[in-house]
Parts: sequence; structure tokens; C-alpha cells
Amino acid sequence: MNQQTEITADGRQIGGTLMEMKNITLRFGGVEAIKNISFDIREGEIRAIIGPNGAGKSSMLNVISGFYVPQEGEVWFKGQRRGPMKPYQVARLGIARTFQNIALFDGMTVLDNIMTGRLNRMRAGFLSQALWWGAAEREEIENRERVERVIDFLEIQNIRKTPVGRLPYGLKKRVELARALAAEPQILLLDEPMAGMNVEEKEDMSRFVLDVNDEFGTTIALIEHDMGVVMDLSDRVVVMDYGRKIGDGTPDEVRNNQEVIDAYLGVAHD
Amino acid sequence: MDQMFFAAEVLLNGLMTGVMYALVALGFVLIFKASGVFNYAQGVLALFAALTLVGIQQGQVPFAHMINAMFGTHIEHFGWTVPSVLAILLTGAVMVLLAFLIEKLVLQHLIGQAPIILFMATIGLAYFLEGLGDVMWGADIKNLDVGLPQGISETIETATAEWFGYGFFIDRLDIWATLIAALLVAALVGFAQYTKQGRAMRAVADDHQAALSVGISLRFIWVMVWSIAGFVALVAGVMWGTKSGVQFSLSLIALKALPVLMLGGFTSIPGAIVGGLVIGVGEKLFEFFVGPMIGGATENWFAYVLALLFLVFRPQGLFGERIIERV
Repeated sequence: MNQQTEITADGRQIGGTLMEMKNITLRFGGVEAIKNISFDIREGEIRAIIGPNGAGKSSMLNVISGFYVPQEGEVWFKGQRRGPMKPYQVARLGIARTFQNIALFDGMTVLDNIMTGRLNRMRAGFLSQALWWGAAEREEIENRERVERVIDFLEIQNIRKTPVGRLPYGLKKRVELARALAAEPQILLLDEPMAGMNVEEKEDMSRFVLDVNDEFGTTIALIEHDMGVVMDLSDRVVVMDYGRKIGDGTPDEVRNNQEVIDAYLGVAHD
Repeated sequence: MDQMFFAAEVLLNGLMTGVMYALVALGFVLIFKASGVFNYAQGVLALFAALTLVGIQQGQVPFAHMINAMFGTHIEHFGWTVPSVLAILLTGAVMVLLAFLIEKLVLQHLIGQAPIILFMATIGLAYFLEGLGDVMWGADIKNLDVGLPQGISETIETATAEWFGYGFFIDRLDIWATLIAALLVAALVGFAQYTKQGRAMRAVADDHQAALSVGISLRFIWVMVWSIAGFVALVAGVMWGTKSGVQFSLSLIALKALPVLMLGGFTSIPGAIVGGLVIGVGEKLFEFFVGPMIGGATENWFAYVLALLFLVFRPQGLFGERIIERV
């Protein structure tokens, strides 16, 4: 495994291993959703996990974000083994995520939704918050600055006061991304960010993902089943099929991997 | 002329009774908003809080009857009394502990269950707490006095007598209850809107998964919400307990909160307040104007008839977010 810092062709810096999954196995009853999979995520890269429907991609993402606890295997983060953790504890480590089916707070405005991403960053005491004094005031200003930057960045200024429940699908996806970004995550997990989008929206989203990585230097792990989108976006790709890892490498390497081609195009059985 | 003043007095008294109703309803709304559970035990929570407060204040030995029956002893009191303020703080601590235990022993095991299951669990909880209160502190009717002023306010009576030539009869306890309730509501709204924990509470109310993904611990929020509900129950228990003694019927004020909630909507804090006021004023005025024509005693059923009408014509209440399909 290469631990040296690399500079990519487009001038981004990719550092050492940030997260490593070692021999992960996840079972639901008798069904093995993930079978003994290992891979790593390096600092600053865009890492994609792809595979056909039911390959176990989302399960893998849920293992990373703590929503599932694997029966076997280890998760290493920043050189330390991560014990079994609740999802909220994982979030507090600096791992933010979005959901395939969008999980936003529908009753709150866009701004309030994004502000919840900052909850873990708020340290001011209770009284200080209630009285709006001292640390609380400084903190709120700091948090608002970050949130405003994210809002500008994702071009959602005009809907900031709109309750999320009223937004169309594409914008909701963007708000969810904004909330995750507001947390200044060390790793950003995107669960099918382009699912259900039309071509134009997909292009927008791809641009945002690239820009986030470029501008904030955020490490991104994303799941997609649309090969085309992923190949253009990512630095390295893990390919899963029926819970197994069948390929791992740069998009070009993966594209020419016979097993991957078979999984995607189907193969004639004797 | 006197008739008009009398009506105004009835209206004022109705407003103040309404505040007391709103106080109980608030506890329901808080828990419903944060966890989608209709907490049947809220009224018993108020009774339990009041019993505990009296018990601590008067230095009663908890479980005295049980201990005496088992060991043939005759202990009743520790022989000290605790100052009101300290007793209230201690009772508050007991309510937080109770919230923690409820989360740990009941709610935690029912995560992901349908709301109706959780509702049933709170019914069980209500009966359990009722029994626990009896066993711990005895079933006799107790007087609660934490130093809140009571009785007719003579200042108001003489002042209004001078100005209008008609002396208003207003209980000082009602005035205090109104002030305290207003403070409590302002504090709760401030908490929900402007603090980190309040924001987290609203987030949990909206979507559990999303809340987890931004690092909110559901357990912490639930313990917090139940603690707040316990605290609101304590305030309600103190007010009602001072007014009419601490006894089992205290838990039945929860029933009066039901029509209040149907009017105001289960998810709205302002709704609970407005609903409480409308019912308080409505039942007093109805009794005053219509009562004599139909033989009186209308206060017992007026609120429920009003609630029925609302259920038929506006089931989400005045301020409710949507039709409540969850209860």
C-alpha cells in the first residue's frame, strides 16, 4: 500500500490512509451481505464503491457510518481501531453522510437543517447559550460563517428560509449534502448522490462533488450503481458483486477487469 | 352593570384556570413532539411529583408502610422538615432520575415499535407510578404548601371596588400560577428555538436517522425530553396540589388536558396554551350564561363536547401540523 503523498494530474493532494476496512463480514441472519472485504480510503481522495443492485454497497456504507455493526472484521480510522460504536458517535468522529432516500428534517428550514450539521461543533455551556452570551455568541457567529460558506458554495442562497418539505427532490439532495458539509467532516459518505436524478441534475451534482473535494480537501467515499458517473469522478474504485469485492483500483484498471465486465454485462453460464 | 362585571370576573377566573390546564397539556405536547408518543402517564407524573415534594418537605420516610408491615416497626417521619426551595430542587432531581429510568427500562427496549405500542407502555407506566406513589408516600390526602400566596387578593378587590364600584374576587394563587406558567412557557420556547439541545430535540422529532447522522444521541434527547416533561409535571403538580390538595384525583387533570390538546393540536406549544385558555374561559362562561338555563354542572362536560366538535370539523386542532394518524 502506498503511503506516500501523491499529487494527482489535476493538482490535488492525496495523502496516507485515513480509513481502512479489514476483512469485514456482515450477516443478516443467514444472508451474508458483505463477505470478507478489505479496502482503504486515503486522505483527500474520492473513493467510489460500485456494483449492481444488491451487491452490498449500502451495507458497506452503513458499516462505515456505524448504522450496522459487522460480525467480523475491523474498522481502522486515523491509525486506530474503532470499537463498536453508535452512529451518533461515528458522526462525532468526523464522518458525515447522506442517505439514499434523503433523511432531512422536513419541518425545519433549509438554514436550520444545515445548522444541525454544526451541533457537534457547539461546545458552549447551556446557560451561556440560553443567555446568548460569551462563548455561545462567538460560536454561533463562527457556525453561521461556515454554514453561509456552504450555502454559497452549493448555490442554495435563494431557498435558505424555505421549509425543506416543500423542496423538489434534486434540491433536497443538495441540502442534505450541505448539512453533511457543514460538519466539516474528515470523511464524507455519499449514498447514491445521483440516484433518481435527470442528466442535468447529475452533472450539477458531479460538479459539486468534485468541487467539494477540491475546495475543502474533503475525503469522499461514494456509492453509485451508475458506472459512467463514477468513472469520471473518482480516483479509485471498489467494485462489489453479491457481497464480494471483485475489483479495486483506478477507474481504468477497473474498467478493464474481466470480472467487473462480467458482473455488469452478465455472463453466459454453462 | 354588576352583571357585566361579574361576567368579566368569571372570564378572568376562566383564563387562570385555563393556564393551569395549559400547564398539563404542555407536558403532553413536549413528549409527543419529540418522540411521537402520546404519554398517558403525564397526569400521574404530576401526581407523583406532588407526592414526592410533600414527602420530602415533611421528612416522610419513603415506603414507610411497607417497611413497618415487614419489620413491625413504627417509623413514619425522619423528624425533620426540608425548606420548600430545597425540596423542590430534590423533587426535580427525582424527576430526572425517573426520566432516566423510564428511558433505560421501558423506551430503550421499544425502539422502532409502532406508536400504539409505546402508548400502551405509557398506560402501564401510569398505573405503575400511581402504585409507586401510594407505596412510597401513603395514600392519604396531603396538604401542599410551598409558600405560594393563597386566598382572595384583597389589594385587587379594594382597588377594583374603588375604580369600578365592583370588587373582583381573584385568588392570589391563580395570579402566581399564571406568572409562573408564562415564565415556564417562555423558557421552553427559548430552549427549543435557541439552544443546541433544543435544536437537537426538534431534529429528533423530525427524523431519527437524520438525527443520528449528524451526531445526536437519541437516548440523551429522550432522557432530556422526559426530564423536561417531569419538570413541567412538577410545576403543574405544585399548582394543582396547592389548590386542591395532593390526592389521586390530581392525576385526573390529565383528562382535562385531552380536550385542550384536541383544540390546540398535539404538536403545538402555542396550541396547548391557547387551547387551555379557550377551554378554561369557555367552560366558565358557558356555566355562567347557559348553565342556569339547563340546570348547571356544565363544567364537567363542556370541554369534552367542544373537543368532540373539533374532532368532527377540524381534527388537527387549531395549530396542529397535520391530522394525527399516530395516536
